[in-house]
Amino acid sequence: MLRVTDVTCARGGIPVLSEVSFDVTASKALILRGPNGIGKTTLLRTLAGLQPALGGDVDADVDDLAYASHADGIKTALSVTENLKFWADIYGNPVPDTIWEAFDLADLQDRIAGTLSAGQKRRLGLARLGVIGRKILFLDEPTVSLDGFSVKLFAKWLQDTHLAGGGIAVIATHIDLGIDAPELDLTPFKADLNIGGGADEAFL
Amino acid sequence: MIALLLRDLRLAVRAGGGFGLGLAFFLIVIILVPFGVGPQVDLLTRIAPGILWIASLLAALLSLDRIFALDFEDGSLGLLATSPLPLEGAALMKALAHWITTGLPLTIVAPALGFLLSLAPEAYSYLLLSLLLGTPALSMIGTFGAALTVGLRRGGLLLSLLVLPLYVPTLIFGAEAVRRGADGLDATGALILLGTITAGCFALLPFATAATLRMNLR
Repeated sequence: MLRVTDVTCARGGIPVLSEVSFDVTASKALILRGPNGIGKTTLLRTLAGLQPALGGDVDADVDDLAYASHADGIKTALSVTENLKFWADIYGNPVPDTIWEAFDLADLQDRIAGTLSAGQKRRLGLARLGVIGRKILFLDEPTVSLDGFSVKLFAKWLQDTHLAGGGIAVIATHIDLGIDAPELDLTPFKADLNIGGGADEAFL
Repeated sequence: MIALLLRDLRLAVRAGGGFGLGLAFFLIVIILVPFGVGPQVDLLTRIAPGILWIASLLAALLSLDRIFALDFEDGSLGLLATSPLPLEGAALMKALAHWITTGLPLTIVAPALGFLLSLAPEAYSYLLLSLLLGTPALSMIGTFGAALTVGLRRGGLLLSLLVLPLYVPTLIFGAEAVRRGADGLDATGALILLGTITAGCFALLPFATAATLRMNLR
């Protein structure tokens, strides 16, 4: 269960979204929509705890949260297996055998990540979500540089493995993932630039 | 935490510039000094402790900006910050990995290079001991400096300016221990102070580093 109540978040000291509220129950996903610059990434980073909210509450167990950004955090000098193994170790999980099939990485296991194509790298970055074993995922444009087949593959994993296992996903995306999830348009939450909150700007 | 240490060591070996670069730089600086000073063995013997220590500082400085910059660029720093691994622990492991790839090899080859500077024979054990005690502090302070400059483009120069003054106490007591050893004096005091600085750095700076990283990741 993820409950977000009146969260106001800021980017560079300037409030971008104010009083965003939504609930997501177990096994459900939520798609965030909105034009570029509306603050989808900022909201996800705030919810994931990477930056403090100006106000409001995020009601969820901190140990359940995971964040996936535009950047995949892949080390190009390490092999695909070593990259995944590293994140599995950090989270104290084994690498599940099913992960290779789920993200179509079986043939790439021993490849050095630096030699992968952009889409393959992205698949590896998404496979990280499968090894960390976190319940609540905040996904920022997960399908960038993926082809149609890979998008389907990812949507299938999300639906059949993550959500079916009681997980939650909050996804910012511009495309139709093909999963059954309500959408939340962030445009009405756009912050009024005159409200306070940029107080610590002077110290940055 | 061990996973992070192993990954960083593996990256240092694979990507190059880890073990080799700092060590080669150290070697070249030490070799250049006799050319600059000229064939005066007495003078070289006298300045050898200071030169060896200064060269170690510079060699340690060389790879500092890579500690967090690469992880910041590819996004893994943000992912690490949201992982169950405490950022303080990550900072400590980063410092440790930096020490294993620069400080430790420097310490091991320093006696061989002391020979090039005709370091007094009595001083070799003190050189080894003082570098062993002092270089971990260089890595830890440097990790803190790297955290301060992590989001900046061309942060390398700023990093040097920030970190070098903080290296002064380590340099003073490290070089002093070797000098006292060379003169046949008791160097225990200097070595104890050197160890105290290192212990203090490792006790406090992981927290400062983690706090700085959290701020820079916002």
